[in-house]
Order: sequence, then structure tokens, then C-alpha cells
Amino acid sequence: MPVVEFLQFTLSGVVFGMIYAAIALSLVLIWRGTRLLNFAQGGMAMLTTYVAIEVIYKTHSYWAGFVIALVAGLILGAASELTVVRPTLGKPELNSVIVTIGLLILFEGLAGIFFGGQYRSFPAAFSVTGLKVNGTPLGVSRFDVFTVAAVLATTLILAVMFRYTTAGLRMRAAAFNATVARLSGIRVARVLTVGWALAGLLGALAGVLVTPSTFLYPNSMDAIFVLGFTAAVIGGLDSPTGAVVGGLLLGVALSYVGGYLNSDLTSLVALGILVVVLTIRPNGLFAGARLRRV
Amino acid sequence: MSAEATAASAANDGSASLAVEGLVAGYGGVTVLDGVTVTADAAGITAVLGANGAGKTTLLRAVSGMIKARRGRILLADHDVAGRSPEQIVRAGIAHVPEGQGVIPELTVEENLRIGMMSWRRGQRTGRGAALEEEYARFKPLADRRRKLASTLSGGERQMLVIARALLARPRVLLLDEPSLGLAPRVMAQVMDLIVQLSRERGLTILLVEQNARSALAIADHGVVLNLGRVVASADGATLAADVALRHHYLGF
Repeated sequence: MPVVEFLQFTLSGVVFGMIYAAIALSLVLIWRGTRLLNFAQGGMAMLTTYVAIEVIYKTHSYWAGFVIALVAGLILGAASELTVVRPTLGKPELNSVIVTIGLLILFEGLAGIFFGGQYRSFPAAFSVTGLKVNGTPLGVSRFDVFTVAAVLATTLILAVMFRYTTAGLRMRAAAFNATVARLSGIRVARVLTVGWALAGLLGALAGVLVTPSTFLYPNSMDAIFVLGFTAAVIGGLDSPTGAVVGGLLLGVALSYVGGYLNSDLTSLVALGILVVVLTIRPNGLFAGARLRRV
Repeated sequence: MSAEATAASAANDGSASLAVEGLVAGYGGVTVLDGVTVTADAAGITAVLGANGAGKTTLLRAVSGMIKARRGRILLADHDVAGRSPEQIVRAGIAHVPEGQGVIPELTVEENLRIGMMSWRRGQRTGRGAALEEEYARFKPLADRRRKLASTLSGGERQMLVIARALLARPRVLLLDEPSLGLAPRVMAQVMDLIVQLSRERGLTILLVEQNARSALAIADHGVVLNLGRVVASADGATLAADVALRHHYLGF
């Protein structure tokens, strides 16, 4: 039935869209603070997923691996900012871009050395067999529902934190106007580290959620990163809302393309959507009127 | 007690003088301030005047720690704060209102104001609501628009907002960079009145950078004229305003 098929494609698009949204959101967090694209975001997520898989094998507990992966994401994000990114701030922008690309290569190399290059399967928290309503398959599993819920919950917690807490206001002030923030006594450098830590956590979440459907290997997050990046640019790199909407839009669109046309076309269509959006709104769908240097 | 703690504990009570002595500062290889000495008396208004590029804004940026002083001392009530970060300097009691860019339009009026209290110590945070209300009572137009985005404010209201935010840091010294820039003459007069009030009623020590020398000298107790990074004149406001040659050369009126 065409209607059922359409519904299935839509739902599975939403599931992948949420993962792209998580990656996009992590990129937006860093962009807002430092005006820097973190090309190592996917590499960080891949490393923390390896951490998760090792913990799961040792402890036989999925949730221990899940939680430790998120904590590892926080630490890896903060550590990356403090050690290699901090010295490049205030220097030409190309420096920090090259540093994050270097980090990506480093992370992928380290993963190869310590965990090997072979494909490993990653467990899911819940059943991955499709749910059915009155015998009609929905095209999504329990784990997919968990994926959507986990990203939604994390996004909402972050949104509430940004909107209603003093720590959130401090981060927004530092992102919008670092000069005013510093003159008001905000330790902007510390705020940036927190931003990277939160981005690391979001990346780790995306890694744990997407890997059951992709296998884990040193380059396993590259493709997801590119799509998350695309989602962030579609939304306008400055806007957390834009990141989520961009992720969902891209997820659903690519799901239709894969379902109705041919899954080989998805990368091409992702690029097409990017070009169309940027032609109509050069700063992305949700960007303010401010000019952006690229 | 450390010098910083001493300066900070004194921040909430009484007036303090600011003395800049032999300050050398600049950007990269360029020296903008070449041995500048300026004294701002406690609870007085000191105008810093001079043409574009004289170093007025750089002076304020060096005092608030946005750029590092290469040489010289910056004394806040006898404590040298030179070399400290802006985060530390605002805690020591110096608030800097930068030129024309202080409002964060993406945030609401109240959020903009709350940023002013980010320098408060943990123990003081219970008083934040009362401090906000105090500023709202002084700046009524801000109270009416507290939930609105700051981008909806007029030019005069924006200037009120950035001054109110600086006051919320509970400074003893206020650095104002071109507060009258881009304002209509009537609004500009209001801002100048406000500056006088702040020094008389709150005992704030004010260092006022102005392109508009005539109106700055009208309210200043003391004036300093900068040219190419050096002090070329320093006298009370009336004397500077009466010096025809000086006015023609450096002040343009």
C-alpha cells in the first residue's frame, strides 16, 4: 500500500534525521562559541563508540557502555579544546580548521592501532525488529524509538539549560559577543571548553545510536559526519533549532530518495538540497540577518 | 588577603580613584599609547578627548584588560591592576562600556542586564532580583520592555541598557566609550545628565571618552587631551574649554 510505504519511509527518515540532528547540534555548539568547524566531530564519536563497545564486552552491560561513552565524549571534547584548539584561537582561521582535520586523522589512526581496522558489529539497547500495528509493519523498531527519544531528550535538556539557567545565559552571551561577556566578568575560555565538552557528548550519543545500523570501524562515522554537517549548514550554523530541523529535513528527504528511487543517489541528493537551500538562503534556513565570514 | 581580594572587597563601598601612570600599550607591533598618565579623581568625571586615532579607546581597553599594558601602572585605589584579565578587572571594580557594540540584540533586555551580574561572587547571588529592580526603577523604559528582544530598543534605550548593565557589576570606576555616539541631541543631553547623576549620587569615578568634546567638557570636572598616544593637555574642564588654540588644534570646536 502506497500510504503505508510512505509512512514507513517517513518514520525511518525521522530516525536517521535525529542522528544527523545530534551531529549538527554538536557542530553548532562549537561554531557558536569559536566560529570554527570541528572536522574531528565524527572521529571523536567513532572513538567514544569504541570505548562503549570495549566496556560492553568487559561488563556485559549495554548501559554501562552507553553512559561511559557519553562521559568519554565530554572528556574528549574538553581535552581536544584545551590541548590543541585553544592555541589556534585568535590566529588565522585556517589554522584551527587544519588542526581539527589533523585531530580527525589522529583519532582514526589511533582507532586503527588500538582496535584494529576490521568491521565490528555494535549492539542495540532494544530490539531492532520492526514494530507492527495490527500486523502492518511501521518500518521502525523499538531501538529506533529509543534513538528518537534519546536525541529529543538531550536536545530539550540543552535547550532548557541554554534558555533558563545562568550557565546557559553565560554561554549564549559568550557566543553572541565575547567582548561584552569578558568585560562582564564571564570567563569566556572556560565557556568554550564547556561547549566542546557538550559537543563531544552529543557526538558520542550519535555514535552509539547510529553504529548498530552501520558497523564500527575507524572511518565509520565519516559519512554520518558529512550528513550532520550538511544538516547544520542547511539549518544555518548559528541556530540549534536550525540544526534539528535541518537534520530531520535531510533524514526524511534522503529516506524518500532511498526508498522510492535508489539508495545510491542519497549523497548526490544531499548535495543537491544543500545547494538549493544555500542558493535561496545563503546563511541557512534559521540564520539571523547577520553576515557570516566563511 | 591577596591584592585582588582586597580590591574586590573594597569594590562595594565608597569611591575610588583611578590613576594610569606611564601606560604603554598597542596592537601587535604598533604602539598606540606611548607613556600616558591620566588621573581620574574619586567620584569625579574625567573626560578623555582627542581626534580619531589619538588612542582614547585604546586607553579604555588597556585599563579594562582587553589589551595588555606593556609598561606602566593602572592603580585602582592604590592597587595595581595592570596585567590582569578583563574578568578579574571587572571584579576589582572597573566596568567598561565599549563603544556602540554593547547591546546583544539576540537576547532580551533582562538577559542583557543579567549578564551584568555575572561577576558577582557565589555568596551574593540572592540579591540579584533586588539589584535588577533597582535598575528598572532608575531606567523605566527598560522595565517596560524587559521581556522584549534588545534589538527592539531605540538608540537612547540601548545606551541606557549598556550603562545599566555596567552598573549591575557594582563598579567604583565606570569607563564610558562615546556614549553619545549616534544619538539625537535631546537623547544625548539625557545621557549626559545621567552621567552627572552617577558621579554625584553614586559616587562613581567616571572616565568618559568623547568625540563630542564640547558636551563632554560641559560636564567634566577634569579633561585630558590625547594626541598620537601622548597626553598634550590636562586641566579642569573650564580651562580646556576656554583654550582657543587647543580647541582648534585637537578638539575641533
